[in-house]
Amino acid sequence: MSDVFPPRPRPATESGSPPSPEAVQRSIIETEGLSLFYGKAQALKSISLKIQEKVVTAFIGPSGCGKSTFLRCFNRMNDLIDTVRVQGQCRIGGEDILGPDVDVIELRKRVGMVFQKSNPFPKSIFENIAYGLRLHGTRDRKTLDEVVERSLRGAALWDEVKDRLHESALGLSGGQQQRLCIARAIAIRPEILLMDEPASALDPIATMKVEELILDLKKEFTIVIVTHNMQQATRISDYTAFFYIGELIEYDRTTRIFTNPQRKQTEDYVTGRFG
Amino acid sequence: MTHFEADIRGLRERLLTMASLASTAVRQAVKAMIDRDDDLANKVEDEDTALDTLEKDVDEVAVLLLLRAPLARDLRLIMVATKISHDLERVGDEATAIARRARELNREPLLKPYVDLPRMANMVLEMLETAISAFVDSNSERARAVIPRDKEVDLLNKQLHRELTSFIAENPANISRCLNLMAISKRLERIGDHAKNIAEEVVYFSEAQDIRHTQPNPDASGAPAAP
Amino acid sequence: MKGRFNKPSIDPVAAFFTGLTGLATLFILAILGVILGYLFWRGGGQVSWHFITGGTDTDMFDASRAGIFPMIIGTAARVLLMTVFVIPVGVITAIYLTEYARSGSLLTRFIRSAVNNLAGVPSIVFGLFGVGFFISFLGGSLDSLSGSPEPHWGKPALLWASLTLAVMTVPVVIVATEEALKAIQPGLREASLALGATKLETILRIVLPNALPGILTGGILAISRAAGEVAPILFTGAAYYLRDTPKSLTDQFMDLAYHVYVLSTQSPNVELTSPILFGTVVVLLALTFGLNLIAVIVRSRIRRQMRAAH
Repeated sequence: MSDVFPPRPRPATESGSPPSPEAVQRSIIETEGLSLFYGKAQALKSISLKIQEKVVTAFIGPSGCGKSTFLRCFNRMNDLIDTVRVQGQCRIGGEDILGPDVDVIELRKRVGMVFQKSNPFPKSIFENIAYGLRLHGTRDRKTLDEVVERSLRGAALWDEVKDRLHESALGLSGGQQQRLCIARAIAIRPEILLMDEPASALDPIATMKVEELILDLKKEFTIVIVTHNMQQATRISDYTAFFYIGELIEYDRTTRIFTNPQRKQTEDYVTGRFG
Repeated sequence: MTHFEADIRGLRERLLTMASLASTAVRQAVKAMIDRDDDLANKVEDEDTALDTLEKDVDEVAVLLLLRAPLARDLRLIMVATKISHDLERVGDEATAIARRARELNREPLLKPYVDLPRMANMVLEMLETAISAFVDSNSERARAVIPRDKEVDLLNKQLHRELTSFIAENPANISRCLNLMAISKRLERIGDHAKNIAEEVVYFSEAQDIRHTQPNPDASGAPAAP
Repeated sequence: MKGRFNKPSIDPVAAFFTGLTGLATLFILAILGVILGYLFWRGGGQVSWHFITGGTDTDMFDASRAGIFPMIIGTAARVLLMTVFVIPVGVITAIYLTEYARSGSLLTRFIRSAVNNLAGVPSIVFGLFGVGFFISFLGGSLDSLSGSPEPHWGKPALLWASLTLAVMTVPVVIVATEEALKAIQPGLREASLALGATKLETILRIVLPNALPGILTGGILAISRAAGEVAPILFTGAAYYLRDTPKSLTDQFMDLAYHVYVLSTQSPNVELTSPILFGTVVVLLALTFGLNLIAVIVRSRIRRQMRAAH
C-alpha cells in the first residue's frame, strides 16, 4: 500500500529561506578556533565560523563583543594595532590569510572594506574611485573612466553625481559619501565586502538607500556587515551571527535568529532584555 | 519591568479575559439550550459585544507593540495573539448563534433528550480550555494534544447529522427542530476547529514551528493515483 | 512687568571682564601700532629705490648714498636656503614620529624631548654650535680631505649660517607637521590601506597632501623666527662689510638684521646713520612680512584646492 502511494514529501517548513549554515557546502570565509588578544586582554575567544558565498552575513552583539574586531581579521586591518596577537585559523577561498608570508596588499584587494564613518578622500569624486585602480597600476584613462562609471552605477550613485565627477567628494551628502565609499571599494572588484556599521551615521532615507544597495550587491559580492541595528540585520542579511564578550554565541539563518533563537543570551539580546 | 514588558503582559491579560468570556459564552449557550432558558440565551447574545471590543483592543495593542519592532519570542507572541483573539471572537459568535437556535428550539416541544450535543459541547470546551492553559504555560506538548481531538468532534458532528437526517425522513414535522439541532452541532464543531487553531498557534508561539496543514489527511492523501 | 524670559539687567562682573579683555587686546594693538609708527616715522623716509637697490660700494654710513641691496639678498638667501634644509628634515622626522615610531616607546619619547629641548636653547648657543660643528668640524674636515692650504670650507659661509638656522628652527617644523599629521582623520589612512595601498603609498598619496597646509604653517613659523635672528649667523656667515652679494654657498654675506646691529654699534656718528638704521629695519620687517604673506597665500590656495578638489 504505502509503496503504491508514497507519502507526499512534507513541504519544507522554511521554504524560501536559505539552508542552515551547516548544510551549505560553499563557504568562502572559514575560521577555526580564532582567538585575538589586545596585549593580554582576549578580545575573541576561539571563534569557528563558516561564511557563505554571495550572501549577506550580519554580525550583531552589544558594544565591545568583538564583532568589529572579528570582521577586521578578514582583511588584516587589526595589523595596524601594534599589540594585537592572533591565534587559530582563518581561510579565505581555502587559503590561509593569517600567516606571516601572506601578501596583505593582495588580500585587501580581494577583501574590500567600508567603514562606519564615511571617509572619502579630499579629492574629486572621480579620483576617489580611481584611487584603488591607480594604486594597482591602471593608468589608461579610458579604463579608468569605464570603471569609475561602472562602480558609481553599481553603488547607485551615478545619476546623482555624473555631472560633477571632478568636484570634491566632500561636497556630497553623508549618505552619498557612504555610497561613494562603497563604490570606491567595489571599483577594485573584491570578492568580499566587509562593512563596519556602514549606516550608523546616516539618516533613515540614506540608510534605506544603503540597505537597498547592499541587497543589490550581494548578487556579485559576499557581504559581511557589522550592525548595531537588529532591524537592519533582519532587513538585509541572510545569516546572522551573535557575539557576546568575544564569543560566538549563535550563528544561523537570520529569520531563525530573530524569530526563534536557540540560545537564551541571543533571545535576551534580540528582545532587548539584556543584562 | 520595562514599559514594553508591561504592554506585552497587558496583551496576554486581554487574551485570557477573551478566553474566559468565550468559554463562558459557549457554556451558557449550551445550558440555555438544555434548560430551555430564553433569558440565558438573550444574555449570551448581549454579552458578545465585550468579545468584539476586546478583539479590536488586542489588535490595537499589537500594532503599538509592533511599532517597537519586537523580535524573537515577543514577535511570535504578538503575531499569535492577533490570531488567537480572532479565533476567540469567532467562538463568541458561534456561542451567540447557538443561543439564537436554542431560543427557536424553545418554541417547540423537546424532540428528544439531549445526549450527544452536551457531550460535544463538553469536548470542545475542554479543547478550548486546554489550548488556553497551554498558552498560559507556553506548553506545546499540551497544545499538541488538543489537535487530534478535533477529529473526534468532527466524527460526532457527522454522526449527529446522520441521526437527525433520519429523524427528518421519519416525520416532516421534525424538520425545523432538526435543522436547528444540526446547526448547533455544526457550530460546536466550528468551535472545535477554533480550539485546534489556537492550539496550533500555541505550538508556533512556544516552538516557532508552524504545524498548520501538516497532518496527513486520510481523504486526500494518495494524490498521485496509481496507474 | 518683569516676565520670566526678560533679559536680566547688565551683570557688572560680566561687564567688567568683557571690558578688561577688550582693553588688553587694545593695549596689544596699541603697542604694535606705536612700534610700527615709530619705525616708519624714523625710517620710512630713508626707503627709496636707491636705498633698496643700491650697493655698498659707497660709504655705508652715509644716509644719502648708502644702499642695502646686498643685505636684502643675503637675508633672503639664508632664509630660503634654510627652508630648503629644514622642511625635508623636519617633515621626515615628523612622519617618522607619527606614522612609524611606536607611540610611547623609549626612542620616541627620547626624540620628542630632544626636539622640545632644542626649541628652548638660546639662539647664541646655536651660533656657537655652528662655529664648532659646521665650520671647524665639518668645514675643517672637508678642507683637510681636499688638501687645500687655504681654508675653503672651514670659514664662515652662507651654507653654514643657513644650516645653523635650520638646526635652530627644525623643532618648529617638526611640531607643526606632527600636528598636521595628527589632525588627518584616521579614517583616511584606513580607507587607503583597506584599498590595498602600502603604508608608504598611503603617506605619499593621502597623508602628505592633506598635511601640506600644516607643513606650510611650520615653514612660515620657521621663516619668521629665522629672518630676524642675528646670533646664529653672527659667527657662521654674516659679514660686517662686503663689496658684493654672495656668489656661492661658501661666500660670506651681509645681512639686514646684522646690519642693524652693525649700524647701531659701529657707526661713527649715531645721529647721521640713524635714518639708515630705521630704514633697514623697515625693509627687514617688510621682507619678513612678505615672505610670510607668500606662504600664507600659498597655504590658503592649497586649502581651497583641497576643498574643491580639481
